[in-house]
Amino acid sequence: MYLGLTPREEEIRAVAREFAEKEVLPGAAERDRTGEFPAALVRRMGELGFYGLPYPKEYGGGAEGTVAYSLAAAEVARCDAAVGLTMAVNATIGTLAVFLFGTEEQKQRWVPGVLQGKLISAFGLTEEGAGSDAAAVKTAAVWDGGGGGSSVGQGVGGAGQWIINGEKIFITNGSVADFVVVAAVTDPELGSRGISCFIVPTDTPGFRVAKKFTKMGLRCSDTAHLIFEDCRVPAANLLGKRGEGLKMFLTVLDTGRVGVAALSVGLAQACLEDSLAYAKNRVQFGQAIGKNQAVAFRLSETATEVEAARLLTISAARARDKVMEAAEKAPGQGGGRFTTEAAMAKMFASETAVRAALTTLQVHAGHGYCLEYRAERLFRDAKLMEIGEGTSEVQRLVIARGLGL
Amino acid sequence: MLNIAVCVKQVPDTEARLSVAADKTRIEEQGISFILNPYDEHAVEEAIRLKEKQGGTVTVFCLGPARAEEAIRTALAMGADKAVHLADAAFGGGDEGTAAAALEKAIAGKSFDLVLAGRLAIDDASGQVGARLAEKLGWPHVTAVTRLAVEGREAVANREIDGGSQVVAVTLPAVITAQRGLNQPRYPKIPDIMKARRKEVAKVTPADLGLSGGEVGGAGAKGKVAGLAPAPGRSAGKVIAGEPADAARKVVGLLRDEAKVI
Ligand SMILES: Cc1cc2nc3c(=O)[nH]c(=O)nc-3n(C[C@H](O)[C@H](O)[C@H](O)COP(=O)(O)OP(=O)(O)OC[C@H]3O[C@@H](n4cnc5c(N)ncnc54)[C@H](O)[C@@H]3O)c2cc1C
Ligand SMILES: Cc1cc2nc3c(=O)[nH]c(=O)nc-3n(C[C@H](O)[C@H](O)[C@H](O)COP(=O)(O)OP(=O)(O)OC[C@H]3O[C@@H](n4cnc5c(N)ncnc54)[C@H](O)[C@@H]3O)c2cc1C
Repeated sequence: MYLGLTPREEEIRAVAREFAEKEVLPGAAERDRTGEFPAALVRRMGELGFYGLPYPKEYGGGAEGTVAYSLAAAEVARCDAAVGLTMAVNATIGTLAVFLFGTEEQKQRWVPGVLQGKLISAFGLTEEGAGSDAAAVKTAAVWDGGGGGSSVGQGVGGAGQWIINGEKIFITNGSVADFVVVAAVTDPELGSRGISCFIVPTDTPGFRVAKKFTKMGLRCSDTAHLIFEDCRVPAANLLGKRGEGLKMFLTVLDTGRVGVAALSVGLAQACLEDSLAYAKNRVQFGQAIGKNQAVAFRLSETATEVEAARLLTISAARARDKVMEAAEKAPGQGGGRFTTEAAMAKMFASETAVRAALTTLQVHAGHGYCLEYRAERLFRDAKLMEIGEGTSEVQRLVIARGLGL
Repeated sequence: MLNIAVCVKQVPDTEARLSVAADKTRIEEQGISFILNPYDEHAVEEAIRLKEKQGGTVTVFCLGPARAEEAIRTALAMGADKAVHLADAAFGGGDEGTAAAALEKAIAGKSFDLVLAGRLAIDDASGQVGARLAEKLGWPHVTAVTRLAVEGREAVANREIDGGSQVVAVTLPAVITAQRGLNQPRYPKIPDIMKARRKEVAKVTPADLGLSGGEVGGAGAKGKVAGLAPAPGRSAGKVIAGEPADAARKVVGLLRDEAKVI
């Protein structure tokens, strides 16, 4: 398939594949069994520069672009999607919020550390009452100390502090993170325009991990329920402008969705490879099962969908790179959005991954249902892709809005 | 300008769970991962730093099977320029003597100013190859170096000795072996790995080095590993209960009468 990649992107993909096959694949089944967070691997990937691929060099990034990043993320997910999710959340949502909207000081404090593997970030949006409906967050931040914190649409200064109270659920990297970017209501009377965004270091008194969720898949990815109880952070920890938190979170999710699309492509690719290998080797009725059109046609469709998902993902990543380039040339203009492209890629790739995983299960039949092959794990892992960073239904809402409906 | 040779070995990962192979003379390689010997990492790092400061080239020499190319690529990704891999099967099964002899043939006469190597390889832990290589080359050597300064044709090296340190000055060419603490090895990043993929790794055979089959590997070795056994598992400790003063008295008694260590 012609992917329109630059030679450099091709090479990054090859290096990422080599690394993933050598260092991510071998422990994947064991990590799925134990659910243990692979801290050393996560650090090592930072040292190698996986998280920094789409960031500029000034902040410790590799300046290789979002396409290169997506290819690398897909290669990691092809070997272990749980490690892929850890990478994607760390690189493209938690840290990205700081990179896109932070002051120079905030960026220098948090971004290079993550990109070098020394720090881990998390993105705290979801709450019990605010899943798909992100604007319904209840976590509240109250300004204590008069002075600078008062007006909407401005940065704040002064000697006061924000006091944050509330709970976040399903937060990836939540119990291992050094800081969480948190959406909290600062101005309840303003509804969705009263939500702001804060950087909360996890050593802030009052922050605690209520529990870690046990999941059906992506089991070594850390997913936590976080509690903020009178967490005090200084004015300097407000990210971006007061009242623009929701807009900022949704902007970050555009990139996040390209990341999830990439993970989905990697998973779908793994499904296809496993299915093909099994279909070529398993003999029933005197021939390889892949010789039956019922099996062959199903895999033809899977292969086509995987390629389509890959192209959509690369295209969305390319769109993001154009937006970032434009933003760099004309600072302050925002550079435009790629919301619809990202939603399309995420929706199609995640649904491709789930269909491909079901096919893998069916092709492996009895062995697929049992644990000695990884077909069942691929299925358990794939399902999250249709849920996280906006469900498939929410992607359809976003796309429809993009279509002017 | 310094032309530096670095000798590296690929060894089992420090985190690998090792077992003895069926023939009881080797470790079982199935299912374990391999790394660049940690002491050699310091040697590579020091070579690259010297090159960065003074100019020149860094060439990696590695004796080991095909899989060892991964360790070579790590050294290249760190910043070495090129590599020579003594990968021929005939080199296998040798001892420190054959390893040093083969490396000497590969390194001698190539106008190297300095050879760096690790203090020892963590697999066999014999710590001989660097010194033997220096003897064969007829060059001075300093082992277990924690600080190195090269100026003109002189190298000044600090080495650890029991209860202190020693400063040794040698004239180049010389062989230096690296101790932990010499430096903090760098982590190669993805672009470095990409560059390393394009660097040259020359594969050489005994014949290329002017050595006969009988002079290398198992055929040339004067020593052989006759047996290998895992360390005995540690037996369970003893917990002495009671008041601290009584317990301390009991411990002293046991150390004297039972363990006979005091
Ligand atoms: C493993 C994992 C990791 C996660 N990581 C993070 C993280 O790092 N940070 C974070 O903030 N969140 C995270 N989440 C939360 C995730 O983003 C939410 O689960 C997701 O947005 C869906 O919200 P919900 O689960 O509350 O479902 P709900 O919003 O309750 O949705 C339930 C169902 O209703 C449908 N639905 C809801 N509204 C509509 C509508 N208007 N039209 C049509 N259908 C609708 C949904 O599509 C879904 O099928 C994670 C979740 C998981 C499982
Ligand atoms: C939980 C569980 C309980 C079980 N219990 C029992 C039991 O109690 N007793 C017992 O005897 N067995 C039992 N089985 C075995 C079960 O009946 C078989 O797994 C099933 O018949 C499929 O066989 P297979 O797994 O060997 O798949 P295969 O026959 O290898 O099939 C692999 C794939 O190829 C397809 N395929 C094969 N041939 C063709 C063809 N000609 N045309 C089109 N497609 C084809 C299949 O549909 C499938 O998708 C059990 C299996 C499981 C998982």
